[in-house]
Amino acid sequence: MDYATLLQLLDTTLRLATPLLLACLAGLFSERSGIFDIGLEGKMLAAAMGSASVAFLTGSAWIGLLAGIGASLVFAAIHGIASITFRGNQLISGVALNFLASGLTVLIATALFQQGGRTPPLSVEAGSRFDELTLPFAEALKDVPVIGPLYYEVISGHSLLVYAALALVPLSWWVLNRTRFGLRLRAVGENPAAVDTAGVSVVGLRFAAVAITGVLCGLAGAYMATALQAGFGREMTAGRGYIALAALIFAKWRPVAALWACLLFGFFQALALRPDVVQAVVQVKVPVPFLDALPYILTVVVLAGFIGKAIPPRAGGEPYVKER
Amino acid sequence: MDRLPRWADVALVPLISLLLAAIISALVLLSIGQSPVEAFNVMVEGALGSAYGWGYTLYYTTSFIFTGLAVTIAFHAGLFNIGGEGQAQLGALGVALVCLSIDWPHWTLALTAATVGAAVFGAAWAAIPAYLQAKRGSHIVITTIMFNYIAAALLVYLLVDVLRPAGQMDPASARFPEGANLPALNDIPGLNLIFTKPVPANVTLFIALAMAVVVWAILWRTRLGYQIRAFGKSEPAARYAGINPVFIIMVAMLMSGGLAGMMSVNNVMGEAERLLQNSSEGAGFIGIAVALMGRNHPIGVVLAAVLFGFLYQGGAELGLWTSIPIEMRIVVQGLVILFTGALDMMVRMLLTRIFGLFRSRQLGAA
Repeated sequence: MDYATLLQLLDTTLRLATPLLLACLAGLFSERSGIFDIGLEGKMLAAAMGSASVAFLTGSAWIGLLAGIGASLVFAAIHGIASITFRGNQLISGVALNFLASGLTVLIATALFQQGGRTPPLSVEAGSRFDELTLPFAEALKDVPVIGPLYYEVISGHSLLVYAALALVPLSWWVLNRTRFGLRLRAVGENPAAVDTAGVSVVGLRFAAVAITGVLCGLAGAYMATALQAGFGREMTAGRGYIALAALIFAKWRPVAALWACLLFGFFQALALRPDVVQAVVQVKVPVPFLDALPYILTVVVLAGFIGKAIPPRAGGEPYVKER
Repeated sequence: MDRLPRWADVALVPLISLLLAAIISALVLLSIGQSPVEAFNVMVEGALGSAYGWGYTLYYTTSFIFTGLAVTIAFHAGLFNIGGEGQAQLGALGVALVCLSIDWPHWTLALTAATVGAAVFGAAWAAIPAYLQAKRGSHIVITTIMFNYIAAALLVYLLVDVLRPAGQMDPASARFPEGANLPALNDIPGLNLIFTKPVPANVTLFIALAMAVVVWAILWRTRLGYQIRAFGKSEPAARYAGINPVFIIMVAMLMSGGLAGMMSVNNVMGEAERLLQNSSEGAGFIGIAVALMGRNHPIGVVLAAVLFGFLYQGGAELGLWTSIPIEMRIVVQGLVILFTGALDMMVRMLLTRIFGLFRSRQLGAA
């Protein structure tokens, strides 16, 4: 494998890791507050459809982004009402919302555009798709050996949402570990009764966390439909919500580790697109399905406790009932 | 706290949940400019209006009984087996391997062997998550989700690189031999007077119904069933009573995986007659809705499976005869899971309040 191929792979890795990272951070806030969310997939899908449709209709990727976040927030709100207000089973609620999103997105997109559940193609020229940014000096430094192409090919030339996702990693770390809100959020996921005793609203905190999840999933879905690809297609998230969930466990519910986990899983996805490169490197024909399944296999290994122990937030999945 | 009468708990709560799901579905149809009444008529006509329609409805019902029972038996042990889809796909692999292994002389022999093969493969796929839950405390919901994806990848690999006959383009196994073809309902003497046209529903339906009885008997008439239910209600209490948690988790999940695997006898052996990619087509997930709707009781599961069979066949008819996309059935499925599973408490609170109103009025009159 030559340097150019490696750079290409890393470039694809970053592109594919971004939706995983956004969804993973989304899940992190929810699960740290004690609300399990296996509905990341559905929220991303809803956001992808919402953003692509509105971006096409208005000709603005930004308004599309807002619509995507809105669509994702609606699903987050239903999840919140079911699992916080009515103390329903969080896992079942997540499953239900994934199905709902899977069906509704196709239904609405078909009704809007009559294209069998797809949206018409978006384009940068029409303003309905996010443009790729060229970072400062990328052109100038292009010819510097080693570092130049790395900067030009891999780091520069992505949509704004990619950089936003990367910036959200330290921001999430700071919010969780250095703010009063973050401390309370983590506490409510470990011991809600203690938070309640301190006079802080458990319900309020959990709804706030679920809302953050909604916003981040909205970004993830909008990135999929209006930046990574040019439009919405049925089931376009293709299990990324579950890979993000896997990355979250792999990262043991920590933001910085989540970045590495998502980059690793993004790298696997990039490899799965280039089986020729894999074969050239390992000298054996590796079946593509094996590369597809690798994130899931690794997650099971981590869950089994063979590489450190993944301990979820202690109050995760348990509805909080005030003692009377 | 007021409690609901038993009849309300068993029958009224699921019916109201269903009604709510139906109302929202109707609103969804209205909002995309379709007529709910017309859609309902098309569904009833296509799924229940003729013996031919029933032949399809019962075909789907058969699959859903298996996966519904699979989710039910795990639920009773306090485990949420979301991996029915992967277990069904592995079960399909078991069916295919059995059917392709020898030139079967008679379908009864092939059916017996394939059922065992499906159950063993499905159970084996559930065994790893079960072991990890029992021994290492890995959350079974997450591991079974992961195993769904691993199963899908494994089957793609096997169908493309191993099982595909030389010279064939599409990723599928070879056709099963003649002796492995199951009689459909229109081939059975007596029933062929009702089902005059070829239908996909086949003898597997009777195995499914028999399994419903077996699951009921195991859960409510055996020591093992008592242990499973006790463990599901309270793990510490069951442990204190000397019930071995590892054993219960393993047994419940093996039975669950086996049942999910057995559904593949219906679609792979009974209908497709070869192994295709994504053979279970989401039936593993519908098992969740069926179990929730059926209140985790085999009778309820069978009734809910008929309901979902109607929904699936009716949904397919919508896709054929109207401009409503076939995905409408996934929306209804999601709504049913949402209302019967996650918003159960909302329905209950609502009913308790209504019942309380009646009660206080009676007291006031007296």
